[in-house]
Amino acid sequence: MSEQPVFSQCFEIRGRDFANAGRVSTTVKSILKEIGMAPALVRRAAIAAYEAEMNVVLHADRGFLELKVSPGRVQVTVVDQGQGIGDIELAMREGYSTASDEAREMGFGAGMGLPNIRKNADEFEIESDVGRGTRLDFRIRV
Amino acid sequence: MRLEQIREILNCRVVTGHELLHEQVIYGSAADLMSDVLAFAQAHSVLLTGLANAQCVRTAQIADVKAIVYVRGKQPDDAAVELAKQLGVVLLTTDLSMFDSCGRLHACGLRGRSDLLRDASHVRTTGVQPVL
Repeated sequence: MSEQPVFSQCFEIRGRDFANAGRVSTTVKSILKEIGMAPALVRRAAIAAYEAEMNVVLHADRGFLELKVSPGRVQVTVVDQGQGIGDIELAMREGYSTASDEAREMGFGAGMGLPNIRKNADEFEIESDVGRGTRLDFRIRV
Repeated sequence: MRLEQIREILNCRVVTGHELLHEQVIYGSAADLMSDVLAFAQAHSVLLTGLANAQCVRTAQIADVKAIVYVRGKQPDDAAVELAKQLGVVLLTTDLSMFDSCGRLHACGLRGRSDLLRDASHVRTTGVQPVL
């Protein structure tokens, strides 16, 4: 699985920057569209990237998203510095959420984010260090 | 169904996107939770919501939702309108309730998620595509 990427770009995500929340994912979506990916794949990647980006905005101090496109797949890695996730199995459960009231006012925090990333991806991995941060990887086959 | 028809059926005011009212949508969904929109809304659809902030517009664009109808007379805030102009999302508002809006659109032929799942199951068992 060590395919050479034909496109690679890294974006910064700022924690609690609600005014710009989702901008990175809008850019990822237009890049994939421009590359000529199928609309259904672009939509899946955009939704998964957006859920991951919102997690950084809502729960972390800062992070970055790296997009890598190779002939066979789209890969997105999101790494953040923040509080981390104590129990990943619990966090993956639909409906489980630790989101703030502010997040809920924005329509988020229903506990659907991580399960929805897994649903839209072909491969999904997540690891976290409490008090340090979280790293999430997902891949979608082209 | 064209967005123009949705405007007529729900007696909507157009906030932004007059030039896009000829566009077609196939499905409709209703939610105030953006997580639900991301998990359950269909592409080429219209979203009915009471959540009038910019995040709703961002979510719509990510999920290929072409238009948002704000129900109960809600008005999107300035940031939402600005973002909708940038991203090409049509914004409409209606004084009707969520329940009445959904009912009227469904009665006029707009499909929902359950219709989509039923159609998919119908195609699997009969091989016949539904007429949209």
